[in-house]
Amino acid sequence: MNIFVCVKQVPDTETKVVPNADGSYIETSSIKWIMNPYDEFAVEQALLVQAANAGSTVTVVRVGSVKDTEALRTAMAMGADDAILVEANDNLDSYMIAKALKNAIEKSGKTPDLILTGKQAIDDDCLQVPQILATMLNLPSVSVVVGYEGSATDVTVKREIEGGALEVYGVKLPAIIACNKGINTPRYASLPGIMKAKKKPLVQLSLADVGVSAADQRLKYSSFQLPPEKPPGKKFDATDASKQAQIVKEVVGLLRNEAKII
Amino acid sequence: MAKVLVFTELHGNHAKGVTLEILGKLAGHTIEVAAIGAVPAEATAELAKFGASKIHSLKGGNLDKYSPEGYSNALEAFIKTGGFDYVFAGATSIGKDLLPRLATKFDAGLASDVTNFTFSGDTFNGTRPLFSGKCFAKVEITGPKPHFVTIRPNALGMNTAPTAGAGATAEANVDAGAIRAMIKEIVKGTSEKLDLTEANIIVSGGRAMKDAANFKVLEELAEVVGATVGASRAAVDSGFAPHAMQVGQTGKTVSPSLYIACGISGAIQHLAGMRSSKVIVAINTDPDAPIFTRADYGIVGDLFTVVPLLTQEFKALLGK
Ligand SMILES: Cc1cc2nc3c(=O)[nH]c(=O)nc-3n(C[C@H](O)[C@H](O)[C@H](O)COP(=O)(O)OP(=O)(O)OC[C@H]3O[C@@H](n4cnc5c(N)ncnc54)[C@H](O)[C@@H]3O)c2cc1C
Ligand SMILES: Cc1cc2nc3c(=O)[nH]c(=O)nc-3n(C[C@H](O)[C@H](O)[C@H](O)COP(=O)(O)OP(=O)(O)OC[C@H]3O[C@@H](n4cnc5c(N)ncnc54)[C@H](O)[C@@H]3O)c2cc1C
Repeated sequence: MNIFVCVKQVPDTETKVVPNADGSYIETSSIKWIMNPYDEFAVEQALLVQAANAGSTVTVVRVGSVKDTEALRTAMAMGADDAILVEANDNLDSYMIAKALKNAIEKSGKTPDLILTGKQAIDDDCLQVPQILATMLNLPSVSVVVGYEGSATDVTVKREIEGGALEVYGVKLPAIIACNKGINTPRYASLPGIMKAKKKPLVQLSLADVGVSAADQRLKYSSFQLPPEKPPGKKFDATDASKQAQIVKEVVGLLRNEAKII
Repeated sequence: MAKVLVFTELHGNHAKGVTLEILGKLAGHTIEVAAIGAVPAEATAELAKFGASKIHSLKGGNLDKYSPEGYSNALEAFIKTGGFDYVFAGATSIGKDLLPRLATKFDAGLASDVTNFTFSGDTFNGTRPLFSGKCFAKVEITGPKPHFVTIRPNALGMNTAPTAGAGATAEANVDAGAIRAMIKEIVKGTSEKLDLTEANIIVSGGRAMKDAANFKVLEELAEVVGATVGASRAAVDSGFAPHAMQVGQTGKTVSPSLYIACGISGAIQHLAGMRSSKVIVAINTDPDAPIFTRADYGIVGDLFTVVPLLTQEFKALLGK
């Protein structure tokens, strides 16, 4: 099987995010980038499917800046065979990214049997790329998947919906599956894996190579701002058990009369 | 004045709350609503009250259950006939899955998970959180129309003085087309309550809950105030609660009116999921827990005694 995994780099979840001087994006100079956490599940799923289907290959694809190629190297250290990087100076929207991914996959010369992605990117939480890519490639796809089993041609996947309920889908491959936490437990890259990854092939393409231009832009972002500061709240010391009933009464009263919530 | 289609899901006999929030905010535009399947009379009345001029019920084979392909084919065909400038939907499980597909069928842009918007004339100006709410940005849509928007539930709030619409009903036959990813079965969730992402009140427990059985303390409070129960990742990873209950950067993003955090320290990744709650109450034994910097009302104390007192007090207040 030809398996593709789309991986994205996002700021570390601990990163302090501040708008840049003109508000056109965030200040990126001091950001530590990591692989989007959901994409680790996608890489792991690809490796599990590869192990179950002899002769399969796993190619990881990313659209982003070349400054550091951490996410792709991590995926190859986990076991992916090769990588494609579409070099982009980052202010692409989901539509442009999906178009770049589509054309990069088609240019690879391998017809995909399975494309795995994360459920969402944790930086802009758009949840768009997998569904756009599926529509562009005219492939079936299921998003927010927490369970996967099946053969090289037919799979059964579980999609998580409201209230923790699951929709169980039967899907004919080729298809796109967007992975959520719970689908598997991603492996850690081993030291030999990390050494090997340095020698694995990484093809670099430009946006022009994949036919993406400014005309493909669909969203314009501006005025990046910090959320409005909240005024400090009220704090009550209820460590003394004898005061608790009185304090709880007071807080419930405030919720009704001050916050007007209840 | 723009011509807008709002796609609604139904919840029993009612339209989903987020649909009514969207309609209320769109007052002044020409608003039509579409649903898959029959629209019950109650829902029709609500939709009209909040401004729907026309309510379309789309019917056809293979549409009894959601499928990404079936729903997007059906809506594509319908939207093509309508000459809409914008198509809105709630950022629900279905909305988040469906709208990107639909937008791409029109080669059009989608602004997703928008929390507020205005129109200047016919032009949409949205605001959406990025980086898990650490930042906000303005978003505009360019390129071919219709333009697509999903709205985060509970973010806009209900319009308390909506302008009613004519609420005329119409039926359209639509074709679900070929479906390659088909639902075979739906496995019920653990809870019949409103999903966390749509809940108006959430009571969440953290590592301090110590075990799964102790969540009963939170469920009792939730029952009284009509809340849905959530959890921190520490509680989920320790096996006290399923992942579907996790709030935070790698769980659900929620914006209820009231969020009650019990024994949760307030790590940055937890705050990422609940910081846009309107009012936050925190109960924690540690007076320096970071959650108190975010809380509107902080109670320093043991949750196992404070929460039952809250339950009692709300019971009395609400006459239950
Ligand atoms: C002005 C501006 C500047 C920006 N600068 C940066 C920047 O410096 N760095 C940065 O990382 N982002 C940047 N972005 C954001 C980036 O363009 C968005 O990530 C894009 O909108 C797609 O994300 P999404 O949320 O739709 O992905 P989702 O649909 O939420 O992602 C789901 C899955 O799709 C796949 N996927 C998503 N994006 C990619 C990708 N690029 N390559 C491979 N697979 C992918 C992954 O498997 C992911 O798990 C910028 C955006 C703007 C508007
Ligand atoms: C990539 C990444 C993603 C993450 N995603 C998420 C996410 O989505 N959601 C999430 O929640 N976390 C997430 N985390 C984890 C996060 O960093 C914290 O570890 C986690 O939120 C801590 O959970 P907690 O507050 O329940 O536990 P703790 O931090 O251990 O806090 C427990 C609190 O309970 C208090 N306490 C103890 N006993 C009592 C009592 N009897 N009564 C009242 N208070 C008491 C303590 O004072 C303490 O403040 C993520 C981390 C990473 C690295």
